[in-house]
Amino acid sequence: MTAPLARPPRKNPQRRSRVATIPPRPRSRVALAFSARAARGEFQLQVCADCGAVAYPPRDACARCWSVDLRWQPMEPAGELLALSVLDSSTNVYFRQRMPWRVGTVRLAADVSVLAHVHSDVAEGDKVRMIARTDKAGQGVLMALPVEETPHMDDDPQLRELTCSPRHRRVLLTDIRSSVAQALIPMLKESGAAIIFAGLAEPWKQNDAVTVAVADECVQLAELNVTDTGSVRECAASIGHKVDILINTASHVRPGGALDQPLVEARREMETNYFGLLRLLQYFAPVMRSRGADGANSATCWTNLLSVYARSSWPAYATSSASQAAALSLAQAARAEFVGSGVKVMNVFHGPLEDPWYEPVSPPLVTPAKLASVTVKGLCEGLEEAVAGDIATDVVNRWREDPGVLEFELQHEREVD
Amino acid sequence: MGALSALAAAMADGTVRTVDLTFTLDPDFPVLVLPQELGQCEPFRVEEVSRYDARGPGWYWQNFTCNEHTGTHFDAPIHWISGRDLPNNSVDTIPVERFVAPAVVADFSAECAADEDFVLTAAHVKAWENTHGKIVAGSWFLFRTDWSKRDPAAYINLREDGAHSPGPDAGALEYLIHEAGIVGFGVETIGTDAGQGEHFDPPHPAHLLLHGNNRYGLQCLRNLDQLPPVGAMLICAPLKIKQGSGSPLRVLALVEEQA
Repeated sequence: MTAPLARPPRKNPQRRSRVATIPPRPRSRVALAFSARAARGEFQLQVCADCGAVAYPPRDACARCWSVDLRWQPMEPAGELLALSVLDSSTNVYFRQRMPWRVGTVRLAADVSVLAHVHSDVAEGDKVRMIARTDKAGQGVLMALPVEETPHMDDDPQLRELTCSPRHRRVLLTDIRSSVAQALIPMLKESGAAIIFAGLAEPWKQNDAVTVAVADECVQLAELNVTDTGSVRECAASIGHKVDILINTASHVRPGGALDQPLVEARREMETNYFGLLRLLQYFAPVMRSRGADGANSATCWTNLLSVYARSSWPAYATSSASQAAALSLAQAARAEFVGSGVKVMNVFHGPLEDPWYEPVSPPLVTPAKLASVTVKGLCEGLEEAVAGDIATDVVNRWREDPGVLEFELQHEREVD
Repeated sequence: MGALSALAAAMADGTVRTVDLTFTLDPDFPVLVLPQELGQCEPFRVEEVSRYDARGPGWYWQNFTCNEHTGTHFDAPIHWISGRDLPNNSVDTIPVERFVAPAVVADFSAECAADEDFVLTAAHVKAWENTHGKIVAGSWFLFRTDWSKRDPAAYINLREDGAHSPGPDAGALEYLIHEAGIVGFGVETIGTDAGQGEHFDPPHPAHLLLHGNNRYGLQCLRNLDQLPPVGAMLICAPLKIKQGSGSPLRVLALVEEQA
């Protein structure tokens, strides 16, 4: 069994925090296609459309028949560990710092052998469960896990390198007034979060739900208003060095089309959804980026909760969609700037929420609890993209299939009465 | 010696003191909260343009944004529908003489401490006049509640049924406008109307009647406890915003020290 992770001691101010190093990075375009799927937690490999051979590692042409018609397909995540190597030395600094490191050859059920990282509870000859994730370099890798749950298996140091588990970590929820933030608190606690900082804007506006949320012993109130640069700066100055996971729960949404949405409302959406994210990035991200390898409670994930209509505009919520698209664009850039730091950027896409501002929208709506649980699951699994609810899943699938068609479809979809 | 020379001398020797009645424009200062489906008052915000750095090595300056009714501010008649068609009803067209005027200060802080929904009536104003004398036409009537001394949550005092803070009823306004001839009505609270003023008959009597009669409002005042009941001179010129319905401003009072 895996030794349970001990709560990390307080920082020794005389020791330099470990600088983030990363596993090898540059890969081919086709290998990035594997990484993009791994970032979503999807275990997919290429299958030759002509001869049916499974390609690994990702290739431009089939190694058996030379066909270039290789198609990504979900694989059964099952296999057997044929051979295990425990590395005690490496020329790569990242691995040198983390010796010993277990790697092995796994024969997949799909009849192909792959090189994978190996969990400490897996022995040679064992059946394994495979996962595909991005590593600290943002590259897709495979890991072989025990088929059955083992005690404390999530604390395995190699697995923890791939995940963003809240266990022993400190989480900032940027707006505790959001119902999603309130739903996140018990789930983060359940996942072992050490401290939950609850961002509160305009504390002079009393709210019973907020009073209840912040009464929890795990929760610490942090005055934070993402529309106010000074407030973000002061909050970061106060707790920025302790934030291991940031979940941006601040959001402003109003129904309305491009032709009739009052400009002040559209501006508020931008102020919160786009500029709010920008302010948070400028004041919280630099210190998080410097703490990506800072022990067991290193900074690990920047989480954005985004409307799925960031991908393609929903005209009934035109200005809201535009602000979400702007936020997504910023999140993509932020991910690039976090690369190599050990901090992942996870975008959780959701459809219309059960929220007063989506009241006229016909069901299904995604509940705050559902969005919260998908978010925490995404952290625990180390995803960079997660999707919450049926509507968002449907829109994302159609967007992947053909964004041009989706744009036309959304012109008429789920019109608001 | 001319009047202004005498004033200058009195200010120089401290006989006339200047009192600041203004709250600092601060992002944390509360703003009016309306039902969420309505347009809202934008709070005060600043963004730094440069601060002796690469963006401007020798200078510091900021952009700021806010509503015309953020912080200590002036209400012009055009702010309310009752004053929309009056002449010279916006901050850029109001005759500048109106921005410098005497002020009376009616202290109802004890009443407001006892009742946060205290309603100022004509009877209260008349009783005040019985003690301090008739209000001179063209004066500001400043309603002292000591609300400005409260912390932000108690200041806005929001509950599920809305805000709770003192304000005048229609009778008080009718008397002050038509009998006393005030230039405007100034308060420490976030609006000239009571927190529950929308439920008065008529709703929002201060806004309706003041602006319908081409009178002005001053909100979010402080330091009224440093002014005498009678004798202060108010200087309150709003920013000259084109067609402006109001503006944040610095409100100063000149106070003559008692010998």
